[in-house]
Amino acid sequence: MSTLAPNFAVKDPRARDAGGGAPPSFGGGGDGNSGGGNGAFDYGERLRRARLGLALGLTAVIMLFVGFTSALLVRKGLPSFDVQTNTYSRDWVPINLPWVLLFVNTAVLLVSSLTMEFARRAITRKAALAPVRSIPGVSLGDERGFPWLGTTVILGLGFLAGQLLVWRILHEHRFFVNTGPSSSFAYLLFATHAVHLAGGVIALMYAAAASWMLHRPVEAQRIVVDIAAWYWHFMALLWIYIVVLLMIVR
Amino acid sequence: MGLALLAVIWLITFVSTYLFIWHPWWLPAGMSAAAAAIDHQFVTTYILMGIVFVLAQCSLGLFVWQYRDRGPSAPPAAYSHGNTTMEIVWTVLTAVLFVGLNLMGSKIWAAERFEPAQASAVPVEVTGMQFAWYFRYPGPDGKFGLTNPKLMDPSSGSEAAIGLDTSDPAAKDDVVTGTMFLPVNRQVDLTLRAVDVIHSFFVPNMRFKQDAVPGLAIHMHFTPIQIGDYEIACAELCGLGHYKMHGIVKVVSQEDFDKWIAAREAEKQ
Amino acid sequence: MATSEVVHAHAAPQGFIRKYIFSLDHKVIGIQYFFLALTAVWVGMFLSLLMRIHLIWPQVDLPIVGHIQPETYLSLLTMHGTIMVFFVLTTAPQGGFGNYFLPIQIGAPDMAFPVLNMLSFWTTFVAFVVMIAAFFVTGGAPLHGWTGYPPLSAVQSTGPGEGLGADLWITSIAIFCAASLMGALNFITTTLDLRAKGMTLMRMPLTVWSWFITAILGLLAFGVLLSAGILLLMDRNLGTSFFLPTLVVNGQLMGHKGGSPLLWQHLFWFFGHPEVYIAILPGMGVASQVLSTFSRKPIFGYRAMVYAMLAIGFLGFMVWGHHMFMSGMSPYSAFAFSLLTMAIGVPSAIKTFNWLGTIYKGRVRFYTPMLFAVGFVSLFVSGGLSGPFLAQPTLDIPLHDTYFVVGHFHLIMGVAAIFGIFAATYYWFPKMFGRMMNEGLGRAHFWFSFIGTYAIFMPMHYLGMAGHPRRYSQLTEVAYLHPLIPLQTFMTYAAFITIGAQFIFVINLFWSMFKGPKAADNPWDATTVEWTTATPPPHDNFGGQTPVIHNGPYEYGVPGAARDFVMQTDPAIGATH
Repeated sequence: MSTLAPNFAVKDPRARDAGGGAPPSFGGGGDGNSGGGNGAFDYGERLRRARLGLALGLTAVIMLFVGFTSALLVRKGLPSFDVQTNTYSRDWVPINLPWVLLFVNTAVLLVSSLTMEFARRAITRKAALAPVRSIPGVSLGDERGFPWLGTTVILGLGFLAGQLLVWRILHEHRFFVNTGPSSSFAYLLFATHAVHLAGGVIALMYAAAASWMLHRPVEAQRIVVDIAAWYWHFMALLWIYIVVLLMIVR
Repeated sequence: MGLALLAVIWLITFVSTYLFIWHPWWLPAGMSAAAAAIDHQFVTTYILMGIVFVLAQCSLGLFVWQYRDRGPSAPPAAYSHGNTTMEIVWTVLTAVLFVGLNLMGSKIWAAERFEPAQASAVPVEVTGMQFAWYFRYPGPDGKFGLTNPKLMDPSSGSEAAIGLDTSDPAAKDDVVTGTMFLPVNRQVDLTLRAVDVIHSFFVPNMRFKQDAVPGLAIHMHFTPIQIGDYEIACAELCGLGHYKMHGIVKVVSQEDFDKWIAAREAEKQ
Repeated sequence: MATSEVVHAHAAPQGFIRKYIFSLDHKVIGIQYFFLALTAVWVGMFLSLLMRIHLIWPQVDLPIVGHIQPETYLSLLTMHGTIMVFFVLTTAPQGGFGNYFLPIQIGAPDMAFPVLNMLSFWTTFVAFVVMIAAFFVTGGAPLHGWTGYPPLSAVQSTGPGEGLGADLWITSIAIFCAASLMGALNFITTTLDLRAKGMTLMRMPLTVWSWFITAILGLLAFGVLLSAGILLLMDRNLGTSFFLPTLVVNGQLMGHKGGSPLLWQHLFWFFGHPEVYIAILPGMGVASQVLSTFSRKPIFGYRAMVYAMLAIGFLGFMVWGHHMFMSGMSPYSAFAFSLLTMAIGVPSAIKTFNWLGTIYKGRVRFYTPMLFAVGFVSLFVSGGLSGPFLAQPTLDIPLHDTYFVVGHFHLIMGVAAIFGIFAATYYWFPKMFGRMMNEGLGRAHFWFSFIGTYAIFMPMHYLGMAGHPRRYSQLTEVAYLHPLIPLQTFMTYAAFITIGAQFIFVINLFWSMFKGPKAADNPWDATTVEWTTATPPPHDNFGGQTPVIHNGPYEYGVPGAARDFVMQTDPAIGATH
């Protein structure tokens, strides 16, 4: 396990170069720019910025689910005028969800969050040690670590497969998307989450490619993995929210 | 250029104001009990907003002319970042004006919408569908009979258009028409329904408007106070016939209304 | 290793595709958005021209278009509203000018996420193509209005155009939501994280504040619109009943039950109201910027202006119910929404007073940008003051869904916000294209547009008071509308002239781009950071020199200064807000 503090900021050794010549002057230190030309490329800045961007993006995703949740609560509580009885009645029939399978799915996702976190810490450490490793003649021993990233991808795909299984079971029990509002919302929430998770899987595969195939610098890889990791954890939290919501409201 | 701006802004302001005061086009004659109060609130808002309109536009026009750059010899612009006292003063005044107006009008809203209809009101059910209005009266039993969507067939007459379920005893005396008859000086208890899309029952003379929404049966009331014929216009986009989905409200005396209902009941025998 | 990364990310791109098509440079992307909006506005204007012609000559047979049916009229108005609101008013001020000038005004070399920026433009472009495609499929474009209320928008048989055309409409909007969210994310991160040294929040130009707050509104609002669009697509195509109760359409009993049309209205307007503030806030920012520049005076009450925009943004999320007073919503909720709506009039009024205060005792120079900024204030006052009528539910009873509403939102969005875009264009054109636009043509454009738009939209209030409902394709069937036909006729002729005048703008724009006199770096003697750069700015905006900020954004007429303006990057004058 990594014993490193999680927020080890990686600074390019040339970030504070105020020497003359080609590199631009940064108007007296403490700049917020990630380089207007050569030199001064602060990966710590870029990581912070990327995390801010992710937080904002997740806010938008939250608003999407806020819209769905409020629609669910309103639709469940709302009576509709039944012309045949001249009265208002509710037509909410609770859906029978395969809870065991859902909990297994939840466990898979939570484990994948764990493996994702290990991957994130591994690359944080790797990025922190990058300057040391670049000194000629220095070796830190076997660089190969456990493929946490790959494991997370596989667990993520497993989760998605589990989702398909859940939907197949619902079909077998005659709960289709248009069977009633309860099942409509269940499918809607599951499917929207799955789409977002699939996007996360693609991001993880890109992160893996960045390391093996594209040979991006390790600090840049770290940013990708870090952002993908927080996104992944958010997906797990979102999933728990959906399951709890359906448990309470279904 | 400053003078041109002043002239045009003032001209537009005065022409608009003149037209608003002379009002060749205005609210239609108010023929319901609530109309006087609504119109009074309207005129109050009108006058207050009109004063603000004239003052703001005229200041704008005046300032751009008065403070135009008169050349290098003219004094420089006054260097000021603002005036906190003035900010506070006009913020408070604006808040008092706007909130005050709102609270004034809220009494009328409460009277129209918070209270249900009186027990002595005439019950009428209004059903909107693409592209006609139907009106149902409950008949002597005072109860609206059941309707069934499966029975709806506009080509077979008014009763069938709203899907009246004639197997329900309460439905046998229901009268369904394409024209709305109302007795004068009596509150009408409307139930608004829609069959296919959202429509809106709008009678300008009665200062009455309410959306008719599928899935809801909305209760609302108004009281006509003058005999006459008043047009209904649909006020919610409902499809290609929206512009011709109109009808007539005929307000008649109580005797004429009773005679008319009796004649309709007789036709059903 | 790291160096090559940096050089790769920020060196000027080579090749036509990387430079002009898939550019990562916020300036190129801003211009792309601008031209997309310019295309969209001409489509939207053409649609409104056809609408105006049909209203007074319903039976006429036009060349190419032929005879306009009532359902076609409704498609025209649906697409007019949708294209104008989304692809013009949400695109040009924010995506166009915001993209170009936000980074420069805060002293940054680019947006925080250039690749995301490029993606957000091209996603917007795809959304526009999908929207236009709706015209060309079987059944044509939808006829349910830009507000898309179900059941009309949710059931294919409610009218022509409600088939594939409606699905494309919803899909286009969903794609647009994604594009806007990407843009909003970028704007917020850039404003928070990329400000140059000395550019504190309270030294940012009001344009930057307006783009920043607009982005926050967009971030919170578009997700809800997307959720509504997904639910509507499901109701249309998967047989769900989110919005659809038991319905009989055209004699056919539909299979839906239990849904609520009001649910759509709540979701849509929760987005829709912040959307109109998204449309106007950047215009307010530009008005402040231009009024200050051309009055040679600091903006009156900078802090109050910032707080007012923040208040408008915040309150903007709490007033959506005022679109639903007649919908069947609880009258108690209506009262609450109404109070909040009146409250939001207060910060708007503050801004108007401050604009007047900026001109007061100034030295006004009547260049074209200033004309449009002054026009903006006048139109904002006119459009804004019809708001307190509609905000009172009692008065909304006669006025809802009439031309009074149409006049109100056109004066505010369809004219004032557009004047904001014009002011921004004339103001920043020299910096963007290195040439000056023609002043004479600019003035002609202003006068025709100012007088023309008043002539078109002021009479709409009278129509509304007389009870003329909106979205009527002709006035022939309802008797009490007949006396109003002359007024509609007047408005149509005014529209011919006003639309014709927009050609002056386009001619000026394109001619000046190639043949206009060369512009100096700071032709208006303005103070904000964009006027310190080369013209047009180089790829990284500042030629390798990051600016350092010492002054506030509107230091005009500082006593004792060498010139009548002190730029933000000039040595500090010691004056503080």
